Amino acid sequence: MALTLSDVQRIAHLARIEITQAEAAHALGELNDIFAMIERLQSVDTAGIEPMSHPLGGGQRLREDAAAPTGVREAALANAPAQQAGLFLVPRVIE
Amino acid sequence: MSASELPLRSVADLGRALASRQVSAVELAQAYLSRIERHRDLNAFLDVRPEVTLAQARDADARIARGDAGPLAGVPIAHKDIFVTRDYASTAASRMLKGYMSPFDATVVEKLAGAGMVALGKLNCDEFAMGSSNENSHYGNVLNPWDKTAVPGGSSGGSAAAVAARIAPAATATDTGGSIREPAAFSGITGIKPTYGRASRWGMIAFASSLDQAGIMTQSAEDAALIFNAMLGFDPRDSTSVDRPAEDYTRSLGMDLKGLRIGLPKEFFGEGLQPDVEKAIREALGEYVRLGAELVEISLPNAGLGIPVYYVIAPAECSSNLSRFDGVRYGHRAAHYEDLNDMMKKSRREGFGPEPRRRILIGTYVLSHGYYDAYYLQAQKVRRLIADEFQQAFRQCDVIAGPVTTSVAFGFGEKAADPVSMYLSDLYTIPGSLAGIPGMSLPCGFGARNRPVGLQLMANYFEEAKLLGVAHRYQQATDWHKRIPAGFSE
Repeated sequence: MALTLSDVQRIAHLARIEITQAEAAHALGELNDIFAMIERLQSVDTAGIEPMSHPLGGGQRLREDAAAPTGVREAALANAPAQQAGLFLVPRVIE
Repeated sequence: MSASELPLRSVADLGRALASRQVSAVELAQAYLSRIERHRDLNAFLDVRPEVTLAQARDADARIARGDAGPLAGVPIAHKDIFVTRDYASTAASRMLKGYMSPFDATVVEKLAGAGMVALGKLNCDEFAMGSSNENSHYGNVLNPWDKTAVPGGSSGGSAAAVAARIAPAATATDTGGSIREPAAFSGITGIKPTYGRASRWGMIAFASSLDQAGIMTQSAEDAALIFNAMLGFDPRDSTSVDRPAEDYTRSLGMDLKGLRIGLPKEFFGEGLQPDVEKAIREALGEYVRLGAELVEISLPNAGLGIPVYYVIAPAECSSNLSRFDGVRYGHRAAHYEDLNDMMKKSRREGFGPEPRRRILIGTYVLSHGYYDAYYLQAQKVRRLIADEFQQAFRQCDVIAGPVTTSVAFGFGEKAADPVSMYLSDLYTIPGSLAGIPGMSLPCGFGARNRPVGLQLMANYFEEAKLLGVAHRYQQATDWHKRIPAGFSE
């Protein structure tokens, strides 16, 4: 099943990655090559096979839901592209 | 043994030289820092800070003087730039994280520092560990010390080149689909990934969480065993960490191979395997027979589906993990944008290189409405088929052996323009990664253009000690792992 140019643009939008017309056209060829390779999986009979989400099974380990200080607020904020008064700044979203 | 000759030695030798006060940790650190400087053209390191290294070395010397030091105290190590560190920038070789300073150290980094190992700096790799040649680094290619026109392999290319060039005696690395074994093979060194869940993923910048696993690159299996003793173990901060008692990974280093059954998957010796690689592998297997092992043919019928399975699961998990890079809390933010959405789109377009963008697109698609069952769920089912085949195989053999790669290291640019041909580089390493079993590469000769060949060994879950014992016995009988590339032996 081959993708179209508008599929690539829709996926890029969902992934929040800006893509030009020329980049989308280039990506279309590459993605279709990759999907042609992946397509082989469709012919494998997997009836009754449990999907494997973790190599060792057993699911996620749980712990008590206990609050603990991280003590890294300032260090974490130091990496922010824009910050003020201990908050991350983003472009205005409500007019 | 002079201080300048020491950087050629193994971790075990360096540990002994430090413990017997033949050399101080500071002298050793200085010797390595000067080698790193001398071989800067390799582009193996992304961040070196001599003041950090020397401060850690002084601490190690104090521990040794107090008699409070284990076998690794004062031995230098370098870290793949996928592990976050407080003292060095943590970039994942991406523009997205240029200059990022982590508030904490990754567990693996913390544990090795706790054992007294001295950090030499951060190592180049493929961006977000995505690649098989290190050509995807935002900060430039790493050269293969054996042949500077060849790639060192990837994604842990800086780690492999650093150990091969003896500018670090050991380097941390990570493996998602072969990112330890493939560069170890291409660069002629020893590299091992443990069972999934053995090494903490806390502080390892995530690519594909159900596959990512930290491991180590060294000159020898013995060195890897020594470092595993300090590096692996349960970590409550990683929800996929396996809670098992600590082990001594050196305990099988003296093992006898008499009667050991080595399984050879016939699918690993078929079409595509280059004759020069096959010749070196067959000779290594001959050596194992001389050492008392027997060879058993096995089959992993679905191993060939490993690549398609991997290129569904890894991009799916990558698209999810990399969604955190949105230009808000950390990482690159575009200079000009219209609104919040546009800021995120432009920041991600500029911050990510072509390979992460490609994988995010694949992953977003296979997880999108209407395609999840057909692609992602189907891939997870075939993943189980492959994992089950390994369990069948381990009823007939004790370890599995074969090539790591179909060919020796390729040249720069040879595969860069064609993602699918690059993806095929991991044909023999991906099945073990999907199963989550331990696997390693050890040097076993040279192929075309005198480039190194790696022998792959795999064992069942939690059998790292046996795997290292089997590798060590071979390294006692051969000297491939002691070869040093021309121009790096002094």
